[in-house]
Amino acid sequence: MTSNSLKKKSFVQKLVAITRMQLFIPVAALLVLVVFNLIADPSFFAIKLGQNSAGQPVFSGYLITILDYGSELAILAIGMTLVTSASGGQDISVGAAIAIAGSVILKVLCGNESRPDHMKAPIIVAFLVACVVAMIFGAFNGALVAFFKIQPMVATLILFTAGRSIAAWINNNELPIISDESFSYFGTFIPGCPIPTPVFIAAACMVVIFLVLKFTNLGLYSQSVGINPSSSRLNGINPAVVKLITYVILGLCVAVVGLIKVSRISTINYSVVAKDIEMDAILAVALGGNALSGGKFSMPASIMGAYIIQFLTTTLYKFNVNSSALPAYKAVVVIILVVLSAPVVREKFNQLKKSRTSGKTVKEAA
Amino acid sequence: MENGELLQMRGICKYFPGVNALQDVDFTLRSGEIHALMGENGAGKSTLIKVLTGVYVKDGGKILIRKEGSNEDLFEEAHIRSPQDAQNSGISTVYQEIALCPNLSVAENMFIGRSGAVTNWTEMNARTEDILNKLCIPAEAKQQLGSCSIAVQQMVAIARAVDMKCRVLILDEPTSSLDEQEVERLFVLMRDLKKQGVGIIFVTHFLDQVYEVCDRITVLRDGTLVGEYVIEDLPRVQLVSKMLGKDLDDVADIKSESDVKPVNKNTTPVLEARKLVSNAGIKPFDFDIYKGEVNGFTGLLGSGRSECVRAIFGADKVLGGTVKVNGVKVKIRKPIDAMKHGIGYLPEDRKLDGIVADLSVRDNIILALQVMKGFFRPFSKSKAEEMAQKYIALLDIKTASSDTPIGQLSGGNQQKVILARWLLTNPDFLILDEPTRGIDIGTKIEIQKLALKLASEGKSVTFISSEIDEMLRTCSRLIVMRDRKVVGELTGDDLTRNKVMSTIAGGEEV
Repeated sequence: MTSNSLKKKSFVQKLVAITRMQLFIPVAALLVLVVFNLIADPSFFAIKLGQNSAGQPVFSGYLITILDYGSELAILAIGMTLVTSASGGQDISVGAAIAIAGSVILKVLCGNESRPDHMKAPIIVAFLVACVVAMIFGAFNGALVAFFKIQPMVATLILFTAGRSIAAWINNNELPIISDESFSYFGTFIPGCPIPTPVFIAAACMVVIFLVLKFTNLGLYSQSVGINPSSSRLNGINPAVVKLITYVILGLCVAVVGLIKVSRISTINYSVVAKDIEMDAILAVALGGNALSGGKFSMPASIMGAYIIQFLTTTLYKFNVNSSALPAYKAVVVIILVVLSAPVVREKFNQLKKSRTSGKTVKEAA
Repeated sequence: MENGELLQMRGICKYFPGVNALQDVDFTLRSGEIHALMGENGAGKSTLIKVLTGVYVKDGGKILIRKEGSNEDLFEEAHIRSPQDAQNSGISTVYQEIALCPNLSVAENMFIGRSGAVTNWTEMNARTEDILNKLCIPAEAKQQLGSCSIAVQQMVAIARAVDMKCRVLILDEPTSSLDEQEVERLFVLMRDLKKQGVGIIFVTHFLDQVYEVCDRITVLRDGTLVGEYVIEDLPRVQLVSKMLGKDLDDVADIKSESDVKPVNKNTTPVLEARKLVSNAGIKPFDFDIYKGEVNGFTGLLGSGRSECVRAIFGADKVLGGTVKVNGVKVKIRKPIDAMKHGIGYLPEDRKLDGIVADLSVRDNIILALQVMKGFFRPFSKSKAEEMAQKYIALLDIKTASSDTPIGQLSGGNQQKVILARWLLTNPDFLILDEPTRGIDIGTKIEIQKLALKLASEGKSVTFISSEIDEMLRTCSRLIVMRDRKVVGELTGDDLTRNKVMSTIAGGEEV
């Protein structure tokens, strides 16, 4: 019965259904940006195959930049989406935590020297240590939220404040530089491959989270806990543990981005690295149409949101917006996008369309 | 008392995606009458009320209101597009959940948001005293609203509506959280307003109350009008059959028709609790339930019925006592422990503890079984869909699809989804805490029958309900609670309304 009525949906109803889909807002936002750039300067979309300083073939162009830097955001958006869903709040300490993770990697690779001739440990070991450290900090945030019931933004404010000094302290406030070229592969290019490596790392993360969501109940549990913790508990879920897990997963995402960040420049700048990246990551979640108050989420929408934020940033750079004025421009665009995707506005849209379509049917009936 | 028509709703239509919530519904309210709006869940009562109060905008039809001050039947069309419009047209609503501010005084609540109504505190308090006296509401103007009983708070809400010159007063399930005395007091107020010529629309699930105060009944079914009746012309049985759309053979005696076997008390109980006590403030209690038995906790609201079953399920923190399942001592510290021992618990507060509103009907159905199966072993989508469809059909859950968020379903259907959730786990012992609160009579009987059916299949059920008749119909043993402790147990011939009431009330009654 229900399948019949579904099939009978008119074209208009289908259109309404599309606008109701969560991916509608991010896709529409992307289209607007693409059209704007097409009109303003189609060369924005040009991709050139050139050579980098090492003589390796690499792609270059604005689109490549977007994919490259958007990948960092996309990885963070994965963790931020889960945290938002389960705890109904956001982690604002990811930028500081990235500094810590990056600092840990350099510490393991350089030991106590600031310019070692060769790396003291395999990169994989350094990365794994960074993962553990970042997950511990994630668990610290998560424990404050889950067990002490502190508001997420307040709980993570602690690490937000302290994180960068912890990062500097790990390396005695020195800026170790790694001369080994293989270390730079993660943030730049693998020789012979013209596509930036972060794109592959982000793709790997997406595959992993897709598999995790498919083969575990992480999605069901975190949404359930975010929507109704009391009911979740009575159904045998431990809401505190679920929240904690999401923060630990975000910690893992932070470690991955930390590796990319330090690899890009083979060193670290504690006060600048990943600055304000938490706000972009949160915006990515919001742009994806996910409620920042938690509950239901769409992972593809968040990931898409991340790339759109980067698209916007790059567009603004392209049009020579002064880097100090950049956040203001970005804010205007973001306000428009977020207001458009707010449930209140969407509900109004739906009502408008509904009253039109149902008005028609009434007339037809009469 | 004049009895002219006050409000006419003609040919009201309202569509939701995939559903015609209201189809060509007429409704007429006369001044000075109490008019019951009856129907099962999903019949369109709430939708009609929401159209009238401007929460929804109607898709077709007219709302006509008699011109104020005219003796003739002069009607003008009211264009109600928001709750504010409704209020301006003299239509006020008092909801089940009181929409006042408990931390303000009664007088402040009476005049909040009504700029220009009063000019200073003295006048405000004086006028409030006046209104309270006129309507015989036992409250003081300067008293904090939160310190009044729920019933009095409700009366204040009504008084506020009346003072705002409302001519149509809508009472949406006003009695569900009141005890009998409070209900009686509310009825006195309603009759008083009726004398003053206010037209009252009364929405309730309690048949007794309809026959006590109402003059007329309008029955809706599946979004269409069944008819309008004068109360004397419509006996209860007929009302119920009109609501259900079928003849009701028996509402009273469902126990005799089901084949519940007498319980063999010589066997090991399915669950045996001794001196169980939780942090919810109940006295330690003993509890047994046998295979194939339906028993129940009864007592007044707040007597500790729910707290007892919550302790058994591990929903509250258990502080002491022992629990044996099938004779084996077990530790139940949290809900998952109880679930693993084959216990299911349908909680008292459906909204707060039962549904996960934004999740689909399917996810809500599979939730408990999925959690029991384990974090790393999710059901495939097709398997989940298959289980959901099975129970949607089995319990006749009315939903557009299994993808619909459960929050969009009517109360009775939400409750069926929660029931489906626990039936799916195939529990040996199912606790139903107020499973029939706020849902329509058809579903009520279905749930009662279901409890008995489960028992006849060899399961055990503990049933809690505020309605004693319902308990008597389903349970073969009643545990009576008063002031947070077990005060008696009734079986066999003792299971009569009077005996239960007197046990609840206790011997030392004045």
